[in-house]
Amino acid sequence: MSDKTFAPTVMRSMLGRARGLGSAKSGTAHWWAERVTAAALVPLSLWFVFSIFRLEGAPRAAVAHWAAWPVNATLLAALVLTTFHHVQLGLQAVIDDYIHGEAARLVVLLAMRAGCVLLALAALIAVLKLAFTG
Amino acid sequence: MKDVREALMLGRASDGKPVRRPLSPHLQIYRPQITSALSIFHRITGVALAAGTLLLVWWLAAAAGSDAAYATVSGFLRSPIGYLLLFGWTVALWYHFCSGLRHLAWDAGRGFELAQVHASGKLVLVATAVLTVATWVIGLAAL
Repeated sequence: MSDKTFAPTVMRSMLGRARGLGSAKSGTAHWWAERVTAAALVPLSLWFVFSIFRLEGAPRAAVAHWAAWPVNATLLAALVLTTFHHVQLGLQAVIDDYIHGEAARLVVLLAMRAGCVLLALAALIAVLKLAFTG
Repeated sequence: MKDVREALMLGRASDGKPVRRPLSPHLQIYRPQITSALSIFHRITGVALAAGTLLLVWWLAAAAGSDAAYATVSGFLRSPIGYLLLFGWTVALWYHFCSGLRHLAWDAGRGFELAQVHASGKLVLVATAVLTVATWVIGLAAL
């Protein structure tokens, strides 16, 4: 379609044109969740880096003993859940931007979600096992 | 018209003739600037950190698993590739951390003046370098 001859033949109201293109009603939920998880990850990631300083080079038993302490187990579980929620939200934004075509976008999005859920569950089960069995 | 969304591209020239509204230029048209470079670097480090979660899950699973599994992951992290991954992970983490704080400040409506945007961008780069070096100095000293 050349620029000069552009003359739409569809006679529709502005409302009719906007319908079906998505609503703003729940559109802010993703944006908000990304910010809330980001804010939560500020202290959690700092705590994790400082914990690693104490744990590096330690044998497994010492790491397990550390992770079995309820405060550490709680923060580890919070770190894992918040991280994977944030990862999932961020990767969705990337997929929405770069994967064109509804079918391809949906397939990649669901695969990414599945990966995030499985990794989060694997990490959480490891944290819980450490918490309960040290 | 193939797609009804084409109707959204309807505009009128100053003489009243209907025209197709111009799209903004594509990314390659613009000269690279610190603002755009740091923006895409935030996304790249985010994706890198997402990949880096594999390391976190492996480490946790090994710690919950057996001494042998933990020895394997420890051995991998002490290998040259392990150190390289950990270094990249540290850079990506601190960059995404600092840049993320910058984004949260923007979300709160602060720091939008161009001079502030440039200053905070440079601050993010300096902070990333300082935090990365500090992490490795402390980390290697504690080893």
